[in-house]
Amino acid sequence: MISEFQLTVVHSIGNSARMSTEAKRRPRTARQVLQNAVGVVDRLVAPHGVDRYLELVRPTWSTTDVRAKVVAVDRSTPGSVTLTLRPNGNWGGFTAGQHSQLTVEIGGVRQTRCYSMANSAQGGDGTIELTVRAHPGGVVSSYLNAESRPGLVVGLSRAQGEFTLPKVGWPGRPDRLLLVSGGSGITPVMSMLRTLCDQGSTVPITFLHYALTEDSMIYRQELEALAAGHGNIRLVRVFTDAPGTGDLDGFLTAAQLDAADPDWASTRTAAFVCGPAPLMDAARALYAGTERPENLRTEAFTLAQFAAEAGATGSLRLRTTGSVVENDGGTILAQAEAQGLSPLTGCRMGICHTCTRNLCSGVVRDAVTGDLTAGSEGLDTEVRICVSVPVGDVEIDL
Amino acid sequence: MTTTTAAPPKASRPTKAGKAVTPVKGQTMAQAYGLSEAQLEELGQSFDAIRARITAELGEEDVEYIRRVIRWQRGCEVAGRASLFLGWLPPFWLLGATALSVSKILDNMEIGHNIMHGQYDWTRDPTLSAHGFEWDTACPGDQWRHSHNYLHHTFTNIVGKDRDLGYGILRMTEQEPWTPKALINPVAAAILAAIFQYGVMLHDVEFEKVLSGEKSREDARATLRAGLKKSGKQGLKDYVLWPALTGPSFLPAVAAGATANLVRNLWAFMIIFCGHFPAGVHDFTVEESEGESKGHWYFRQILGSANIDGGKLFHIMSGNLSFQIEHHAFPDIPARRYQQVAGEVKALCERFGLPYNSRGLTRQFGSVIGKITRLALPSKPASVTAEPTGDPTPTTKTTKTTKTDRSTKVAA
Repeated sequence: MISEFQLTVVHSIGNSARMSTEAKRRPRTARQVLQNAVGVVDRLVAPHGVDRYLELVRPTWSTTDVRAKVVAVDRSTPGSVTLTLRPNGNWGGFTAGQHSQLTVEIGGVRQTRCYSMANSAQGGDGTIELTVRAHPGGVVSSYLNAESRPGLVVGLSRAQGEFTLPKVGWPGRPDRLLLVSGGSGITPVMSMLRTLCDQGSTVPITFLHYALTEDSMIYRQELEALAAGHGNIRLVRVFTDAPGTGDLDGFLTAAQLDAADPDWASTRTAAFVCGPAPLMDAARALYAGTERPENLRTEAFTLAQFAAEAGATGSLRLRTTGSVVENDGGTILAQAEAQGLSPLTGCRMGICHTCTRNLCSGVVRDAVTGDLTAGSEGLDTEVRICVSVPVGDVEIDL
Repeated sequence: MTTTTAAPPKASRPTKAGKAVTPVKGQTMAQAYGLSEAQLEELGQSFDAIRARITAELGEEDVEYIRRVIRWQRGCEVAGRASLFLGWLPPFWLLGATALSVSKILDNMEIGHNIMHGQYDWTRDPTLSAHGFEWDTACPGDQWRHSHNYLHHTFTNIVGKDRDLGYGILRMTEQEPWTPKALINPVAAAILAAIFQYGVMLHDVEFEKVLSGEKSREDARATLRAGLKKSGKQGLKDYVLWPALTGPSFLPAVAAGATANLVRNLWAFMIIFCGHFPAGVHDFTVEESEGESKGHWYFRQILGSANIDGGKLFHIMSGNLSFQIEHHAFPDIPARRYQQVAGEVKALCERFGLPYNSRGLTRQFGSVIGKITRLALPSKPASVTAEPTGDPTPTTKTTKTTKTDRSTKVAA
């Protein structure tokens, strides 16, 4: 029996042999030549690096960062804006259903939010499409709705996320799709639908969407046209604020799903749900009772909730150390030191920024100003641990 | 009316005019200025209020400003390097050396120093972040963030704790006992000025702490290695790679690089030494600063710093360290704001009877040179050994101020 271990050994020998000959050889590909050239240039422009010069020539120029320029702005659906962006060469493309972290500067402060690409992942001209609904009090969504104009440059992350289409139709795999979305959660499933249409897919697809009213439904006309032109697509619209105007009324229930797609609970149906928390909770509860709960996939972007009640509640998790302590209401620094840790610190009064760490999740209160800061996975939220007091559960990179 | 109008002003607050005073033996600096704990707290709250107001105002304007300075710096860098391709022609050499000097000064002072203080951390722009920034000088950013942001700014002018007080080389305070080593003060200062970037780099190795056993040799070696690595990269760029690229202009380009480094060194030395060493700037003892209140911290920052008068361009080229008092009170507020709050800070100094030490560059630096020279020779630490006159109130102290203190311009 050939063990996995043996295979690994063979593989690594093969690797090192190839590496050693490669090291002696000159760079082979144009990309490697380019990278070496960039290395020399980086030495010349040290300590800032070549990007700090390139971006002054054109804001989208960078050798490493993904940046994009807005090339078109569409405000035809009330309450939301659809942006077409042209990313620079560092954008590595995306798979339908994935999202990107968009960074935009508002009042001098960089703000980052996740948005799913809504366009087809098949073909295209290299642009991407994001649709943003203006949320009341939403700093970024309001800004993008009000201020977006062609020429605006934003930062992007490379596409990320596991909320992607499975290889439908393979033996043992789902061969039917149920795409459910609410409000602006339509974007990732819209991308899936557009991609499947561009690929000429014939798998049966039920597209169930919840909007407040017919007017505020994003992509309504395009969806209606797609459903009319493709026999395999069934479009079910629910307008929750205007009963009687859509195809169905009310919120997600088993009965409603039965009406939209009688095969929703079949083991051959893959379901994708993106939208507000109640919608996703309802979907999870329904699929928990089916034979294959894993056929349901969900996606949501919500920042940690401000649990403004102070007091010492929740627990403090130190990511690098791996320990968890009951929050005692002191600063993160004090609590870490009580654990016997000695994190890098300076003035211990919030002025020198030596102790700054990344807040992975949860909310902290600035002991000096009382300001609250929320951290979220994947976002860089730096806080000074000497003046940050956890409010509820907090995880810190310490 | 024949009431009290003709009565002489109360003598219990001799510092009302804002003159620098020197504490008599056994007296703390706060006592010398007649400030109670409650008054210090009031002082602290007043400064906190300025800070809160400016912090709330920060926005696009501040980011635009620093980006504009960065564009100028990068522009000077490119122009300087480009000119040196014709470096064998004197006008181009001069242009190249000047542009590179300006680039290094802007990079180190208004951009690097201030960004690395965390003044722009609120923008969440990684290129303006204190932790990510690296400057165009020999000292690695993270070492400087420790020695400067933490040690110097927290323990400003506390003799024995603030290692910027003479950098462990110079005798810069009467509180430090005279030894024959002090005789080299002027020569050591001149050498330090010329190679200032390496002085700053070696500063964090803390040789004197290694000798005293406070710091392990391994730690010092690691710090030194990182410093030498950064210095090597800087040297490679300035003295090898760029000159080599210019081909026939190799030697002129090397000379221009050396000139730019020298100019930046002298300029930075001058501005920085004017921040804490002119006459009238106070030192503090460890005892009086132990467990101090926030108010006393502000008090110490004000009395331990001095400003330099000058025009707009001068303030930019000095990284607004010409507002050293404001910088020490608010080290992590964008430096362009110091000028805006200077009037208020001066008024507060007046209100609390504190000196607001601000004079022109010539007078401040002249005073620094005077101090460096004077302290090379044995001197009686006049203030500390002065005998109390028997009068416990500080009323007599104005007559005891040292000769140099008199020249301090007062807030009024």
